[in-house]
Amino acid sequence: MRLVAETLADQIAKGEVRAIARVMSLIENRDPVGTAVLAQLTPSRTQASVIGITGYPGTGKSTLIDQLITAYRRLGQKVGVLAVDISSPITGGAILGDRIRMQQHAHDPMVFIRSMATRGHQGGLAGTTGEALRVLEAAAYDVMLIETVGVGQNELEIVQVAPIVIAVVAPGLGDEIQAMKAGLLEVADIVVMNKADHDGADRTMRDLREQCRTVLRTGAHTGEGISELIAVIAEYRRVQDLNGPRWGKPAERLVQRGATSGG
Amino acid sequence: MAVATAPLRILIGKVGLDGHDRGVKLVARALRDAGVEIIYTGLHQTPEQVVATAIQEDVHAIGLSIHSGAHNSLFPRVLHLLREQGAGDIALFGGGIIPDEDVPRLKSAGVQMLFRPATPMQEILDFVKGLHVGH
Repeated sequence: MRLVAETLADQIAKGEVRAIARVMSLIENRDPVGTAVLAQLTPSRTQASVIGITGYPGTGKSTLIDQLITAYRRLGQKVGVLAVDISSPITGGAILGDRIRMQQHAHDPMVFIRSMATRGHQGGLAGTTGEALRVLEAAAYDVMLIETVGVGQNELEIVQVAPIVIAVVAPGLGDEIQAMKAGLLEVADIVVMNKADHDGADRTMRDLREQCRTVLRTGAHTGEGISELIAVIAEYRRVQDLNGPRWGKPAERLVQRGATSGG
Repeated sequence: MAVATAPLRILIGKVGLDGHDRGVKLVARALRDAGVEIIYTGLHQTPEQVVATAIQEDVHAIGLSIHSGAHNSLFPRVLHLLREQGAGDIALFGGGIIPDEDVPRLKSAGVQMLFRPATPMQEILDFVKGLHVGH
């Protein structure tokens, strides 16, 4: 088993897609060989970016990722995507359809897209998404994008996995009280209001800007706002590099506040 | 109780210029209800997209629906690309409007099964469950 694991780890380090994909399955299936491979892997890019994309269902997360892939490929970056969709709680089956929106990149050898089912895990990700990410890191992807399931307000595990979290919302979120509520928008580093051409966009932008630090407006179908988003991510990344990965983390601030006030 | 086994992963999609996706969606849904993880690629895929996706997703099998009449070129092209890329172990099956006379040729080329109109869903489910044993 050790020899098999070493061979697979070696192939992953060389970026061999079949090995990357096979090991992700082993990890998902909790196969001991998968664990053995993980023990052999080392991240190969210190400058790699891991970006989480989360948000309510139907806000355009997958389409936004499709546009981000295009933009990062123009910058010459190698892009890995983990797209999580929900497993049926009744049968365990799943329709993994996020990548429908990204299929124009399917045969680009510098793009790897993997769909993951939650397999009963709560929190917005699959139980093994963090480990699958380690495989991409070892395979020298420059940018890794993780799409959560369409979340409610309490599925925030992405914050533990991705140093930069983007929350995607669409116009017609509700009144401004929705934007004030705890949870999703509070833990996001960047809030993106997608579907900028839809009714109510201006109103939603106003409400979000009153409540969130960094709000951008995109139209993932047209590409509107994507280059601005890329620039903001890069700037965010730069400041994090200077100040440490926990810089500006709303969640971290909340934990500290809780600690000092003694609950 | 039996220990839960790893779910089957199957790519389901449509290749070529063909928008008839009612049947393929029904099959995807029935397989989901049978506990399969379906990677659904949607319409208008090229054989190259299908094979690259199947490899990245590490699927056990690919199921393609073709109603355009291009089955005699599309199925063999997918098989060729799978073998070329060292993924000949991924099974290929299909469905759609495929005349009787074309079936033997496609099967001998390596298409494992062809489900044509009016096939009972159970037949498709039984075939797919058989894949699990073999992998």
